[in-house]
Amino acid sequence: MSEYEMVIGLEVHCELATASKLFCGCPNAFGDEPNTNVCPVCLGLPGSLPVLNERAVEYALRVAEALGLDVPAESVFSRKNYFYPDMPKNYQTSQYDMPITENGALDVDGVRIGVTRAHLEEDTGKTMHMGGAGRIHGADYSLVDYNRAGVPLLEIVSEPDIRGAEQAKRYVEELRATLLAIGVSDVKMEEGSLRVDANVSVRPLGSAELGTRCEIKNLNSLRSLVRAIEHEADRQWELVAAGDRVVQETRHWDEERGRTIAGRSKEEAHDYRYFPEPDLVPVAPTEEMRAAVRATMPELPAARRRRYAAEWGIREDDARVLVDVPGLGAYAEEAVAALTGGATAKDVVNWVRQDVLAFINETDASPAELSAPMLAELAGMVAAGTISRNQGKDVLDESLREQKWPRDIVEDRGLAQVSDEAALAEVVDRVLAATDGFVEEFRAADDKARKKKRGFIMGRLMQELKGQGNAQVLNRLLDERLG
Amino acid sequence: MSPAAPAAEIASAVRSGRRSARDVLEEHLDRIDAREGDVHAFNLVLADEARAAADAVDAAGDKGPLAGVPVAVKDNLCTRGVPTTCSSRILDGWKPPYDATVIERLRAAGAVIVGKTNLDEFAMGSSTENSAFGPTRNPHDLGRVPGGSSGGSAAAVAAGFAPLALGSDTGGSIRQPAALCGVVGVKPTYGTVSRYGLIAFASSLDQIGPFAAGVDDAALLLETIWGHDRADSTSIAAPRPALGGGGDVRGLRVGLIAEMLDGEGVDPAVRAAVEGAAAALEHAGATVDRVSLPSTQFGISAYYLIAPAEASSNLARYDGVRYGMRAEAPDVAQMNAATRDTGFGPEVKRRIMLGTYALSAGYYDAYYGQAQRVRTLIIRDFDRAYDDFDVLLSPTSPTVAFELGAKTADPLSMYLCDVCTVPVNLTGQCAMSVPFGRSEGLPIGVQVVAPVLGEPVMFRVARAIEEAAP
Repeated sequence: MSEYEMVIGLEVHCELATASKLFCGCPNAFGDEPNTNVCPVCLGLPGSLPVLNERAVEYALRVAEALGLDVPAESVFSRKNYFYPDMPKNYQTSQYDMPITENGALDVDGVRIGVTRAHLEEDTGKTMHMGGAGRIHGADYSLVDYNRAGVPLLEIVSEPDIRGAEQAKRYVEELRATLLAIGVSDVKMEEGSLRVDANVSVRPLGSAELGTRCEIKNLNSLRSLVRAIEHEADRQWELVAAGDRVVQETRHWDEERGRTIAGRSKEEAHDYRYFPEPDLVPVAPTEEMRAAVRATMPELPAARRRRYAAEWGIREDDARVLVDVPGLGAYAEEAVAALTGGATAKDVVNWVRQDVLAFINETDASPAELSAPMLAELAGMVAAGTISRNQGKDVLDESLREQKWPRDIVEDRGLAQVSDEAALAEVVDRVLAATDGFVEEFRAADDKARKKKRGFIMGRLMQELKGQGNAQVLNRLLDERLG
Repeated sequence: MSPAAPAAEIASAVRSGRRSARDVLEEHLDRIDAREGDVHAFNLVLADEARAAADAVDAAGDKGPLAGVPVAVKDNLCTRGVPTTCSSRILDGWKPPYDATVIERLRAAGAVIVGKTNLDEFAMGSSTENSAFGPTRNPHDLGRVPGGSSGGSAAAVAAGFAPLALGSDTGGSIRQPAALCGVVGVKPTYGTVSRYGLIAFASSLDQIGPFAAGVDDAALLLETIWGHDRADSTSIAAPRPALGGGGDVRGLRVGLIAEMLDGEGVDPAVRAAVEGAAAALEHAGATVDRVSLPSTQFGISAYYLIAPAEASSNLARYDGVRYGMRAEAPDVAQMNAATRDTGFGPEVKRRIMLGTYALSAGYYDAYYGQAQRVRTLIIRDFDRAYDDFDVLLSPTSPTVAFELGAKTADPLSMYLCDVCTVPVNLTGQCAMSVPFGRSEGLPIGVQVVAPVLGEPVMFRVARAIEEAAP
């Protein structure tokens, strides 16, 4: 089979982390008792009317600022009409031909991925099908929870600029880090606060024409995103290579079976009959609002990675985790600022990327709860040789778990290394003297035998020092005596 | 005070202690008992709730501008804990958990809500015959319609069941029944009265307004419900106008809308009444001239695309899932369809289909888009007219009240009842109907149209017409 190229565009639905819903004052909260965060407006009761949440507009403007999107003088809400039981009004208030922002881009590993638009819309409720394996067909009955109905969503639509599954994943990671950094969403794919649909088509490598695309839904993790795109592109290319045509349709990712399945295209052939929402007035962000957004924009992930790389002498790739995990960068920065003695920023980053991250992943702790000065102290003690690197790992673990100063842990456990040269020289001389003929045998031995003998005498030394001798100093002292 | 100001008199008497609110209410409940069986103005008379409200007014210190005044409200206005039906079976059993903003304002002003009045289903109609609960009859002639869609409210005021009533006007639904029942009806400027709690028909056209026996009482009620409401994003922050005062029209320039006066189907007696009202204004010191608004001829066509389009979306929520009636069916899609099929009457279905079609892919520009462009043209016509005129005059309805059943078989003839009122909803300006003269013993209404927020001048002219009425 000849080579092909994937052409991918992503639609990312991001739940905005506003305190209240898009058009009413109900709490915007995940995981509450069903149908408790509801009112006449978000239930679509007769006579109720929407009032736009200004904070949602502000969040959209923050995204616009971060992605370099244009903000037209006016945007308009429209009604997207279709029937579904979890949509209280049987229309979704969304934006259609006049979105709040359009025409920007996201830099993904040096590649510019165009962002067509980002528009505001309300989320739907959630339907649970009871019986019949949880699917709508064969279910005995369905229950609807309207807590999510009316939660603000920002739909961010990319250009078809993405050329592979891994790049699609990187785009979502980069977008997620950006949304997190600017504080507009908690971007949790597993809770549905970030949802991704992928438009995928294939074409022969080098072709400039676009193939027929399919939209893949139900992608609940980055892993599903990658697998689904790869599977779908293969499926399409097999069709094309066999001389068949790809049918434009919506397909659902089946995680268990590892393949995409065609939706029932007849039922999904909606005519949404969009028209301007007459219950709302056009949104016209003021220059004051935009200025306030600009004034409170934090450093964006790419800039932050560049800064860490430049200031700390680490690779940008190593800086990624500091940016992607909320609060981890700030924690590392604080630790670096608290360093004394010989430890470097690079040492801190290494401790953070390995041991601290493992602790966070295991315990779900937030970096904000951890003490950066404690980490700085630990890094300093290892760099100064007070304890070994391996001891440092144990001490750090206890320090993180117990919120205890490393110096106290070292003292309590009696761990401090003996680095004092005079004291160590005394022990070396004593052990060498007690081992008859060792120095002579060592000098006469070949390289291989010397290595073995050296290991033996080091073992004796550590035994004598209860494992707390500074190995570096001991090696130097041995060199002087055996050379 | 003008002779037809029972509401103002009642409020004054109750405030001064000369009469009790309870006594006023009982008098009106007696009238309802005597004639409601013939008229059928109400879907629901709230005798017990009204008695409690009247007693509360009597016990209160500060009694409010509408102290003890009985008010009838159209049954598409949400009333907390009280069935609100829109005269449709589809809302069967539903009780709103909240009061519409206008209802809150009525209660705060000391008014006593006596009942929910009949309407054409979801306010779609011009005769109140499209009601799931049977038609309302015109108190002036029980064989005739009261107009619609707020026919119940107009009839309630005309029959003396309540001195004041609230209706809603999407294409003439306050003014036309006011004309046919011989009372005053006002469609205020769009955005001046909150729509929160008004069950939507066509959101960009709907506006709540008052009915009263006379102009002063209508002004009193409008002043009470007027004002910005955060809960309605289309409500405007216009200061409450002073609508009281006299009917001095000296120096005012009054335009007679040629297309509406000379239009096909305008009853000569109606035309004569409007000309008579104009002559009276001239006599009182105004100047009168004819004015042409050519685009208003397309008002009905534009209206019957825009209103059904919005309605098709507004009425989508009645699906049997959350409230109201639910038909039994094997799955949710069939349940939705069966519920809507049995729950909606034929006129509602006709408009939902019309609107769905107008918004469909491939037709949107030709229908909905074109109608919106016509709307802009009509706005320009009126704007030009207001260069030369302060207010405009026309018939409210081309004819007096017609007989029950006369137009039910021919929807288009029914739609043409609103030919003079519809353009005003498309432009957002204010207009009111004032009784002037009679034909065949039936009342005629004259429509006074004024620019956006032109209520003060509109009421002055209305008062002058009322004073000159034969």
